[in-house]
Amino acid sequence: MDWNLLATRLFGAAHGITAEDDFLHGTVHFDGRPITVVGTTNHAPIGVRVALAQARVVLDTIAQHPERPILLLIDTQGQQLRRRDELLGINRAMAHLGASIDLARRRGHRVIGLVYDQALSGGFITSGLIADACYALPEAEIRVMRIPAMARVTKLPEDMLVALSQSNPVFAPGVANYVAMGGVRALWEGDLAAALRDALAHTPRDDRRAVDGAERGGRRLAAAVAQRVLDAA
Amino acid sequence: MISYAECSARERLAQVLDAGSFHEWLPPSERLTSPHLAQLGVPSSFDDGVAIGRAKLGGVEVFVAAQEGAFMGGGVGEVHGAKLVGLLRRALRDRPAAVLLLAESGGVRLHEANAGLIAVSEVMRAVLDVRAAGVPVITLIGGANGCFGGMGIVARCTDHIVMSDVGRLAMSGPEVIEASHGVEEFDSRDRALVWRTTGGKHRWLIGDCDVLVEDDVAAFRQAALDAIGASRPVTLDALEQEHALLAARLRMLPTADEAGDDAIALWTRLGIPDAARVPELDVAAVRALRPE
Repeated sequence: MDWNLLATRLFGAAHGITAEDDFLHGTVHFDGRPITVVGTTNHAPIGVRVALAQARVVLDTIAQHPERPILLLIDTQGQQLRRRDELLGINRAMAHLGASIDLARRRGHRVIGLVYDQALSGGFITSGLIADACYALPEAEIRVMRIPAMARVTKLPEDMLVALSQSNPVFAPGVANYVAMGGVRALWEGDLAAALRDALAHTPRDDRRAVDGAERGGRRLAAAVAQRVLDAA
Repeated sequence: MISYAECSARERLAQVLDAGSFHEWLPPSERLTSPHLAQLGVPSSFDDGVAIGRAKLGGVEVFVAAQEGAFMGGGVGEVHGAKLVGLLRRALRDRPAAVLLLAESGGVRLHEANAGLIAVSEVMRAVLDVRAAGVPVITLIGGANGCFGGMGIVARCTDHIVMSDVGRLAMSGPEVIEASHGVEEFDSRDRALVWRTTGGKHRWLIGDCDVLVEDDVAAFRQAALDAIGASRPVTLDALEQEHALLAARLRMLPTADEAGDDAIALWTRLGIPDAARVPELDVAAVRALRPE
């Protein structure tokens, strides 16, 4: 969904979110209280500059607006694949963004991720995947790699991968797969404002994703294996 | 001198920790393998590529994880990631003196990429939980596969990073960047360029690692011993300092303008004398170059 249409459906036409190139930010009013919105659009590649721009908004919110909720709007093609970004320490910039979001959570800000278009790999891991919880629109796309590319890299037959992807969500693209594995808490359908209201009220603050993945049958081992480590003699 | 890079994960544990002190949790005898690899007909490993447990380092208890680069490049799958998360949660409960992460990983394991991606984010959150509790998480990087992808982010979420000059720390591998933007963008076969961009000397000079050591297990052990007290709380002030450092670095290299070498340009702007000579200098000489 177009970001402006999404923002209008959530917050009305005078939503107050602006786009600077691929970078989205603003303060919206929802049910009479302010929310910080930060994110990207146009399938932005997340490089050092965009990671820092997002971290800046998060840090300012922590410093100036205690406990104000933060909504992350996610549309990214993944990390910026450039040598210069690697040289500059893109992994450090992304860790900084993730640590900033994590600190916001610890200091009582409710942080909600929403994949409204596309989420891939490194662009997703330090945004929606480090929020209190991440949600998605049903038409969103979440993936690490498409099956033909995966077949090339892993040298496995594409037909076999396609067939297995019908029953096993762990490798194939698809928002439903991420719901089944617990990585996406729920899809927002119909009344988006109602979905946001519910998320702000009921999103857990602890990391429930492995437990959700087990209960939903998409990631059967993660929670049990972590528990076995806790119990090991 | 024993090369850290040439050791297996278990050899590193034996050499870095107090002799005979490593007690493994979910050892290979439990045959905990990836069902996803089995389903794809790909060979699996009885530890899913990571050994975890408790041990002594200089007589104090530490928890430790070592990724095995020889198995799927250290790639993180569902089980592998859950072992890391379990170790970190146990550290949160039991409060060892430190957690050591002997990282060697290409990042997410593509055969179970969705599960691996979520797992890496769970590791990140668990690392930050452990740090918030005041238990330092110390990363050692010196394996032949480097520390890439999500694990490159995880490493920068820890308190302290020790690297050797042969170690590499980054996000996307040079082959991936070359495939995406061409050989002019990043020639993955140009080893000198790869190391100038991602290698231990570069990460030391720009401050992305805390200690630069020789490719020697004893040097890694000593650096880990020195780091046990190195807890670095994540506070708003600390993140503001981090932000200022990264923003200043970005301004130093405004665009890919240089026809020459932008690694050397960056080092020069950081105040490193004779930056062009860095690639030929030994570890001790490079260690002395970093500005305070």
